[in-house]
Amino acid sequence: MSTQQGTGCCGGTKLIFACSGAADVGAVADLAARKLTREGVGKMFCLAGIGGRVNGIMKTTEAAETILAIDGCPLGCVKHCLEQAGFTAFRQIQLADLGLEKGKTAVNDTNIAKVAAKGATMLGGGGCYPG
Amino acid sequence: MRTIQILGTGCPKCKKLTEVAELAAKSTGVAYTLEKVTDINEIMKFGVMMTPALAIDGDVKTVGKIPTVEDICRMLA
Repeated sequence: MSTQQGTGCCGGTKLIFACSGAADVGAVADLAARKLTREGVGKMFCLAGIGGRVNGIMKTTEAAETILAIDGCPLGCVKHCLEQAGFTAFRQIQLADLGLEKGKTAVNDTNIAKVAAKGATMLGGGGCYPG
Repeated sequence: MRTIQILGTGCPKCKKLTEVAELAAKSTGVAYTLEKVTDINEIMKFGVMMTPALAIDGDVKTVGKIPTVEDICRMLA
């Protein structure tokens, strides 16, 4: 986890999980999640910790107010990871639905902003986090 | 000896969790030490993003809420 992130005191946190996969769309998903975190809309959190059922990460996710999954492609790995870990109440962005296809998507500011804008809409925008 | 760790920067809910945890520990009669983790970087090492959080012997039990005395007694059992 980034040491630039602070903790949210007393709950109310919006957590963002990105596939961060090997392909171009995975990179865009990852960078969009980081952009949303910088802008204070939500907090990117550790998908690997969900996959590994790391206790602190699981408990923090259970306490989240809102969870957003950003999947780079229709394989939906974030969605599957969360569901297999027992999380069903989450929102999902699928980059293909935004016209961003695997192998054909430039990892640039325009595409990152496009995904981040969708994420901000789904998370209700705004937010103020300590730390 | 059980180690009860309160993860939080010291807000009213963190203080309340401390009270509840100590009450539970004393009611069970278990030997314990109470550790308050207030540094954000140290809190994040537990994988915790929200506070207050409770850990027992390094194992995170609750995040972002205050469990009841009964809940904590069960955790200590």
